[in-house]
Amino acid sequence: MFNVVDPSEPNVASYLPALHVRKEVKTELPVKAQPVAMKKKYDPGAWITEMSLIRDHKDQSAFAELFQYFAPRVKAFLMRSGADATLAEECTQEVMATLWHKAHLFDPSRASVATWIFTIARNRKIDALRKQRRPEPEDLEWGPEQEPDQEDVLSLQQESEQLGRAIAALPAKQRELIEKAYFGDLSHSEIAEQTGLPLGTIKSRIRLALDRLRHAMK
Amino acid sequence: MSNVKHHLTDSLLMAYSAGTLPEAFNLIVAAHVSMCDECRARLASFDSVGGALMEDTQTVPMAESSFAETMRLINSGAVSDMIKPATAERGKSVLPAPLQEYVGGDLDKVKWRSIGMGVRQAILPTSRQASARLLYIPAGTAVPDHGHRGMELTLVLQGAFVDETDRFGPGDIEIADESLNHTPIADIGADCICLAATDARLRFNKLIPRIAQPFFRI
Repeated sequence: MFNVVDPSEPNVASYLPALHVRKEVKTELPVKAQPVAMKKKYDPGAWITEMSLIRDHKDQSAFAELFQYFAPRVKAFLMRSGADATLAEECTQEVMATLWHKAHLFDPSRASVATWIFTIARNRKIDALRKQRRPEPEDLEWGPEQEPDQEDVLSLQQESEQLGRAIAALPAKQRELIEKAYFGDLSHSEIAEQTGLPLGTIKSRIRLALDRLRHAMK
Repeated sequence: MSNVKHHLTDSLLMAYSAGTLPEAFNLIVAAHVSMCDECRARLASFDSVGGALMEDTQTVPMAESSFAETMRLINSGAVSDMIKPATAERGKSVLPAPLQEYVGGDLDKVKWRSIGMGVRQAILPTSRQASARLLYIPAGTAVPDHGHRGMELTLVLQGAFVDETDRFGPGDIEIADESLNHTPIADIGADCICLAATDARLRFNKLIPRIAQPFFRI
């Protein structure tokens, strides 16, 4: 997935806690109710099944499961990118409706459900907030209606979890800048203005974060 | 295309994935990725960082009625109209799909304008933060020696050009900033067609092209 990086660095991912205990920030639920609820909710394998139920059977309860988990995240992402609550709510509904309509295009051997939803939300953001068209790369040609190889699906799922752990383990300063770069709708020089950090520091922290992620993905 | 030698940088791929680039740069990134499997794979990695971050950050509760609203949106069919069908047959055209959408077809649809010395250009309709244009440079012709105030990306679509730094063939992208003063010359073998995107006007080092600049919007 990622390439390069210094092999002498210790592997940060190997001694990290499992993914499902990742903390949920700022939820409205009482703290005690969380561990059980979270475990049930965080389940990438189930999401893949739910995607195919939506594709094959227009299954509303499968859609409701995905909605419950992802819609509040998409909304948070859009609000961090500068949408007010009303616009974010409206765009999130459109993102989720797009997921429903495009379910047949989702390929679990190429992206996790979370990544796929992220790309839909990002495109909606550019369209609605920045009023620009979003040029997308040409699609690769795939075999006629070919079912993805289960081994590929599984290894992509494992890599996604590995990446989730690696991101959770980033030092706070690197993590913060990477989040700003992805969610703040800011260029590096705008981040420099906002944080007061010199541009060089921002670039090198982001580079360090990417190096760490690459290393963890080896 | 497997013999691409000059690739996108991490920061461009990340900004494309985050959706923070100006439209003209998004277009050239999408066009390069259409021609370069390596950058396509790297982009998928950056998208998965976005997916993992979206999953692991804040949530904002959705309005109570939002699931019902979304189902209503789905049933109204309003969103499915926004989903465009796949276009362009890969490998049969000079312009990759994202570019064809801006041109309205392949090369024969480009509305060229002469800018002297046999060089032709066509400005593409993007947001004004940055500009994108197609350049047609006859074999063996030089584009006037110029420097850059901002960043200029040049993607070769057909033929090749050579400058002080290297040779650039189909799929190759040159990333130039303030520090580069160069005189690109189209390879003698064939006429060269490029896509160029810049966030600042070019700075020509000879008087005549500079006077002409405002008229040609380059």
